[in-house]
Amino acid sequence: MLLEKYKDEIEQIISRYPVRRSALLPLLNLAQREEGYVSETAMKEIARILRLTPPQVYEVVTFYTLLSLKPIGKFHVQVCRSLMCALVGSDTLLGWLQTRLGIRPGETTPDCLFTLSTVECLASCGTGPMMQINDDYYERLTEDKVDRILADLKRDGTSPLKSGPFMVPELKRAHG
Amino acid sequence: MPQYEKILLKNMETSGYTGSLADYEHAGGYQALRKVLGKIAPAEVTELVKKSGLRGRGGAGFPTGVKWGFLPKEYQGPKYLCCNADESEPGTFKDRQLMERDPHQMLEGILIACYAIGAETAYIYIRGEFALGARIVERALTEARAAGYIGRNILGTGVTIEIWLHRGAGAYICGEETALLESVEGKRGLPRVKPPFPATHGLYNKPTVVNNVETLANLPYIITRGPEWFASIGSPPKSTGTRIFCVSGHVKLPGNYEVPMGMTFRELIYEHAGGMRSDKPLKAIIPGGASAAFFTEQHLDVKMDFESVAQAGSMLGSGGVTVMEEGTNMVWAALKLMEFFNHESCGKCSPCREGSPWLVQTMRRIVAKRGRMEDLETLTDLCKNIAGRTVCAFGDAEVAPIMSTLLHWRHEYEELIREAEVTHPKELAMAAVRH
Ligand SMILES: Cc1cc2nc3c(=O)[nH]c(=O)nc-3n(C[C@H](O)[C@H](O)[C@H](O)COP(=O)(O)O)c2cc1C
Ligand code: SF4
Ligand code: FES
Repeated sequence: MLLEKYKDEIEQIISRYPVRRSALLPLLNLAQREEGYVSETAMKEIARILRLTPPQVYEVVTFYTLLSLKPIGKFHVQVCRSLMCALVGSDTLLGWLQTRLGIRPGETTPDCLFTLSTVECLASCGTGPMMQINDDYYERLTEDKVDRILADLKRDGTSPLKSGPFMVPELKRAHG
Repeated sequence: MPQYEKILLKNMETSGYTGSLADYEHAGGYQALRKVLGKIAPAEVTELVKKSGLRGRGGAGFPTGVKWGFLPKEYQGPKYLCCNADESEPGTFKDRQLMERDPHQMLEGILIACYAIGAETAYIYIRGEFALGARIVERALTEARAAGYIGRNILGTGVTIEIWLHRGAGAYICGEETALLESVEGKRGLPRVKPPFPATHGLYNKPTVVNNVETLANLPYIITRGPEWFASIGSPPKSTGTRIFCVSGHVKLPGNYEVPMGMTFRELIYEHAGGMRSDKPLKAIIPGGASAAFFTEQHLDVKMDFESVAQAGSMLGSGGVTVMEEGTNMVWAALKLMEFFNHESCGKCSPCREGSPWLVQTMRRIVAKRGRMEDLETLTDLCKNIAGRTVCAFGDAEVAPIMSTLLHWRHEYEELIREAEVTHPKELAMAAVRH
């Protein structure tokens, strides 16, 4: 139950808005972070907390692409397929990921580790091709880099190849 | 290459700059806030911004001070400011850098704007995918609150301003200002019919201003260095200041370049972004994000200010400049963007909801070499029936790639179709897909 576990956080969120309903997206984000997807139980609970009807919650969940109604893999691999990334090879990247993971977009590996998706522009167009895995961005991808990222994730659950604070072009260091 | 003074990227390009409160203050941060709070009347701040000529960097280029001036003056109840950090326009990646590298600059801008319009609450609507950005902005908010720049009685002046971060959840349309307001209200992000405009009926039906991250980030400098200084940069009087152009595509050095408005595409692409990545010549430019009509190499000497780009038949939009080399198929490129728009149509109005899948189907058929000459008429017809007939400006945006590629590269469409007629004669053709 969200309310038991995150009572203070939830109250704090609600207090930011003059209208309770505004806390809907923040609470749905919280629910998804907790369970990896937005379950029916969570939607009903959020409806109760915000004094909405369950359909009012459901219709919002179905509108936003980041909210998922189904459980997905531990690592959600999302490849940008919009034009600017496509110009610099996102198709090849997607093909490589499909071979490596053995699944197509929309599918999850049998061990429930990876779900592959294609998404629209993630504001990394100057550093494509790129993908987002859970919260992290991975940019300027090559086949070799993808392999290292997948191996890191399997082994450590995280990869040092993820992007830090964004800056492109990078600063040239004073002397090489 | 001439050097230009940067405004917004200056701090972050100083070596060792981390974007922390201490670094920002060291670079002169929050001095503008100290200068205005309780010392310059709010209406006067608005006048300063009008005088600077600052125009919105989110897409439409509306004069910022004028927009603020639309708020009802005698109104006593709550007013709101929303900072549009939804940055989802394909080709655009400047707000992400502004937030991840120098979050306080944006916060100071928000505070100044709130003071000018008399808002005590601001929401930063940041796109859901920016998890790192959200963490960095949250940290900056905590620092600024602890230092007394945000909250009750800021710096002892009696002014109260609260700023909250509101994370989106994946929907391009929530960058449209009224959809953004719906989204903050906890609803599906469906744009509202305008009028009434947010200035009078905005968030919770209260007077509201929506401004882009880059727009707001300019405010501290307009205050500290004066509107005359700002108005002297770029192409005065209509396009003042710098812009951060996000260069992507087939160039050697893609990236964010902050330059005075009025520079030519040629200078930006060949001198700043390093020119073409290979020996293939330039074929096409998208001058202002996915919603802007395509340009050809003929347009390289167009000046990058609002007026010149509009006069040449496109728009400066969000500042996303995408460069394509010879050999890129323009029908394919337009299809890629159309697929984006089709994915993102919110479905509120029928021309856009029904027209976009139809456009995608027709484009896909042509690219797959199964098209017919009649398809070109269908495309034109559909585009004409979408543009100008929708609830929000998305309708005009989605037809721009197809209309402009048809204008400049109609022969590429025709070649694909002629090939189709040879490889797939009419007797064998699939029944035309009717939507
Ligand atoms: C479909 C659509 C998407 C938009 N997306 C964004 C966006 O992601 N970021 C943004 O700042 N403005 C976006 N805008 C423009 C906003 O509606 C609004 O004009 C802008 O935020 C106002 O701020 P400004 O005056 O500072 O530019 C979008 C507009 C439309 C029609
Ligand atoms: S034009 Fe498209 S995106 Fe805009 S309101 Fe209509 S259906 Fe929604
Ligand atoms: S097109 Fe891929 S991040 Fe923008």
